[in-house]
Amino acid sequence: MYPDTLRYSKDHEWVRIEGDVCVIGITHYAQDELGEVVFVEIPEPGQEFDAHEEIGTIESVKAVAEFFTPVAGEIVEANEALADSPELINRDPHGEGWLVKVRFSAQSDLDGLMDSAAYEKFLEDGE
Amino acid sequence: MSENTLVRRTPLYDAHQAAGGKLVEFAGWQMPVQYSGVLQEHRAVRTEAGIFDVSHMGEFRVAGKGAETFLQRMTPNDVARLKPGRIHYSGLLTEQGTYVDDLLVYRLAEDEFLLVVNAANSAKDFAWLQGHNDAGVTLEDVSSDYGLIALQGPKAEGMLEGLTSTDLTAIRYYAFEQGEVAGRPAIISRTGYTGENGFELYLAPEDTQPVWDRLLEVGGPEGLVPAGLGARDTLRLEAAMALYGHEIDDSITPLEAGLQWVVKLEAADFIGRQALVEMKEAGLARKLVGFNVEGRGIARQGHKVVADGEEVGFVTSGTFSPTLEKALGMAHVPVSMAATGTTVSLDIRGKVVPAVIVDLPFYKRA
Repeated sequence: MYPDTLRYSKDHEWVRIEGDVCVIGITHYAQDELGEVVFVEIPEPGQEFDAHEEIGTIESVKAVAEFFTPVAGEIVEANEALADSPELINRDPHGEGWLVKVRFSAQSDLDGLMDSAAYEKFLEDGE
Repeated sequence: MSENTLVRRTPLYDAHQAAGGKLVEFAGWQMPVQYSGVLQEHRAVRTEAGIFDVSHMGEFRVAGKGAETFLQRMTPNDVARLKPGRIHYSGLLTEQGTYVDDLLVYRLAEDEFLLVVNAANSAKDFAWLQGHNDAGVTLEDVSSDYGLIALQGPKAEGMLEGLTSTDLTAIRYYAFEQGEVAGRPAIISRTGYTGENGFELYLAPEDTQPVWDRLLEVGGPEGLVPAGLGARDTLRLEAAMALYGHEIDDSITPLEAGLQWVVKLEAADFIGRQALVEMKEAGLARKLVGFNVEGRGIARQGHKVVADGEEVGFVTSGTFSPTLEKALGMAHVPVSMAATGTTVSLDIRGKVVPAVIVDLPFYKRA
C-alpha cells in the first residue's frame, strides 16, 4: 500500500526525493479519509514556503482539508492535471495524484519523515 | 461502560457494517456517511435509485380529542385542512416566529397524528411540545418503535411495486398508506429529501433490516445502491430543501427562509404567529437565496457574504454539486442583494470570490 520509495509525514503527506527537488502528495490514508476530491487549490510555481506551512487546500464534496509542505523551499511545479481531474488524488494518490514539486532548502527537513514501515505503524497505532 | 453505548445504533447498523459503510456519529447516532462514495451514490439516486437509513429521525404520536387543536397551536401550517392519509410539511416555532425545528405531520386518523422531527432536535422538540400540552392530549415519543428507510430515485417506484400489495399509484405526493412491504407491516409514504420520486417506509425495528435486504436484492441488479448522509445532504441541497442548523434555526423565520407557504396566518393562532404578522407588515430585511460560485473554490456553511469589506450575509450550505458539476450553495442576504442575477462576494477562507444569485431549486426532476 505505501511504497518504500516514499517518505511520509505525520500530516499524511508523502515525499519523493528527486535530486534537490521533492515531489509532494497526500497519502492513500488521507485521500480515503477525505473522500472523493472535487477541487484542489495549489500554489503557483515561484512561491516559497517554510516547512509545515499550509500551501493549499483539497476539497471533497463534504469536507475541506489543508495540506502542508513537509519541507521548506520554492514551488517549481504544480500538478496542472488536477484542475480538470482532481479525482487523480483518489485514483492514484502516490503517483499521478501528486500535488507539487518543491526545491527544498534544508536537508534536515527530510530527517523527520518516516519510511513506509514507520508510517504504517503510525497509522496502526491510531496516529 | 464503553463510549459506544452512548451513541445509538439504528436497526440497520449491522447492514451498514457489512456493506462497508463509513460510520460517523451524527446527532447521537452511528450513521453511514457514505458507502462507495458520495458522488457515485448521489448520481445513482438521480439516475436509478438509492436506499437510505433514516431511522435516526424522531417520531412523536399525538392523539386524542384535542389533538388537532393542539397542533393548530403548535405548528404554522393548517392542520384542520390535513385529511387522514395525508402529510404536510410544517415546523415548531418560537414566539419570535423562529424555528425550534421543522417537521412532517402525518394525519393517521381524525384524532391521531405522527410528527417526524430531526434527530438532533428530538429531545428539545418533545420537551417543547410537552411544555405546551395544557389540554393534556396524548403525546408519546415513539421513535424507538420505528426503523425508517428512504427509497429514492426514478426507479424507486418500480422496485417497490414488486414487493408490496399496496397500490402505489394511489399514493399521491405527501400521502401515505398503512400497508406491507416484503410481508412486513409498513407505513408507505410518498415523501423524501432528494428531489426525486420515492418513498419513505416506516417499519418495526425488527422488520427494518429484512426489508432493507430484500429491497437491495430486488433493486440491486437495476442499479439500487445504499446511500449515506453525505449524498442525502448534496441531494437535498440541489433540491433546495432546508436543513435545520443550516437554512433554518432559532434565529430564522419561515418567511426569511422562503418557506412562507407553510405559514397559514389565517388558520389559527399558532405560536409565533404575531411575530410573523409583524415581520410581514414591516417587510423582510433578509432572505434565503441560491448562488453559483463564479470564481475558484467551494463556499461552505458559515462563510460570509461581504460587500465593501463588511459582512452582509452568510452561507447556510455550500457544496460541489454532483449533478451540475459546480460549486453552489444557499445564503441569507439582504433583500437588496436577493434578486436573481445579482453578483455578490463571498469570503472563502480569506479569499473574496464572486457568486451570482440564481433561482431555486438548483435541480428539478423532469
